[in-house]
Amino acid sequence: MCIAIPGRVVEIDHPFAIVDFKGTRRKVRIDLLDDLNVGDWVLVHVGFAIQRVDEEEARKTVELLEQIFGGI
Amino acid sequence: MLKVRDRRRAVKGLASELGRLMEGERDITIMHLCGTHEDTVTRYNLRSLLPKNLNVVPGPGCPVCITPDTDLQMAFHILEKENVILTTFGDMARVPFEGKSFFYYKSKGYDVRIVYSVFDALEIAKESNKPVVFFAIGFETTMPSTALAVLDGVENFYVLSAHRFFIPAMEHLLSFDDVRIDGFINPGHVSTIVGVKAYEHIDVPQVIAGFEPEDVLLALCMIVKAIKRGENCLLNEYTRAVRYEGNVKAQEVMDEVFNRVDWEWRGLGIVKNSGGSLKRKYEDFDALKFFEDAFKDFEPREDKRKRACRCGEVLRGVATPLDCPLFMKACTPKNPIGACMVSFEGTCNIWAKYHARKDNR
Ligand code: SF4
Repeated sequence: MCIAIPGRVVEIDHPFAIVDFKGTRRKVRIDLLDDLNVGDWVLVHVGFAIQRVDEEEARKTVELLEQIFGGI
Repeated sequence: MLKVRDRRRAVKGLASELGRLMEGERDITIMHLCGTHEDTVTRYNLRSLLPKNLNVVPGPGCPVCITPDTDLQMAFHILEKENVILTTFGDMARVPFEGKSFFYYKSKGYDVRIVYSVFDALEIAKESNKPVVFFAIGFETTMPSTALAVLDGVENFYVLSAHRFFIPAMEHLLSFDDVRIDGFINPGHVSTIVGVKAYEHIDVPQVIAGFEPEDVLLALCMIVKAIKRGENCLLNEYTRAVRYEGNVKAQEVMDEVFNRVDWEWRGLGIVKNSGGSLKRKYEDFDALKFFEDAFKDFEPREDKRKRACRCGEVLRGVATPLDCPLFMKACTPKNPIGACMVSFEGTCNIWAKYHARKDNR
């Protein structure tokens, strides 16, 4: 119920976007986010994009993991 | 986030790091606040990898589970009294009250429809002349979507709000004498909306975490280090999705539509400022207002079938499903008695699904 799933924006038609979830495409409301672009990763919850997923930050977390348990 | 092989190495590496960190330490209990975290912890059997003096207990992080019976009884009351189409999320539809659920009513010919999004409910309203009631549950993650639907202003669309603001429940949890909390793993998806800033006033070490096994273990490493140093930290492991400010637009629509009132939670009692009731100016869309007359004879009842159910204690983190005499006997995912066995984010359901045993402390 409180789950949000990451997907990539493939098409924008305000206030909707088509988001690709590992090959499955769904129409999603995007009016809770500003300045969304095709190619962005978003978290989708009950049909709404609720937040952007920042690839740069995702990379940093992986780096932090590497520091702790040694290089992958 | 990581490939399977790398994940195994990460999980192993982080588990031994935690072992090192906890060596010779006093017992530490960390409560997480999200059903999806419990799913990660139990699915990957993370508890069996943790040092014995580090406990990770699930808290009230499942919106379906914490919705008290009174709210459900109110929804059923509207169904019985009024000629409506009732819409709700699938997870809610199987929760029983006195042996009846939304699916039960549907099987008896009542017009109950399961929706994936509140906008499905709006579409149903646009195509019908009947009043369409949306039984709305969920924390800050879900509330903005209901708020947007209200702002759309479809005439025959009504919200029966069972929404709860989560942050007040965290403060409330700290007030119980029987609940031991040395730190919180904060709910990741709620945090994408409310931001890091929403937790600053809560006086206990906290870490916001993502949902992969390596996220949870990394978050545990971060918070244990801080606890050892005696710091009252507020850390963020889930930086890829949670910003300091959160989703300001979502916060604005939520605050535009909802008041914060004192409402009950299953297991927690009344939690101050946690109830999301519709503001006066949106009362045209408030099911409680529109069906006011139907509630004149409404009396909340206790569900006698749930007397032995320990959902409340499970939600407070003071009992595990294995402490419940009904777990996997009278109460199973197929025939649930309590809400914690119904929802995919309920601790009892998760423990049943992954066959959790005693070592899943
Ligand atoms: S196993 Fe069933 S009856 Fe027992 S606490 Fe969980 S939901 Fe309630």
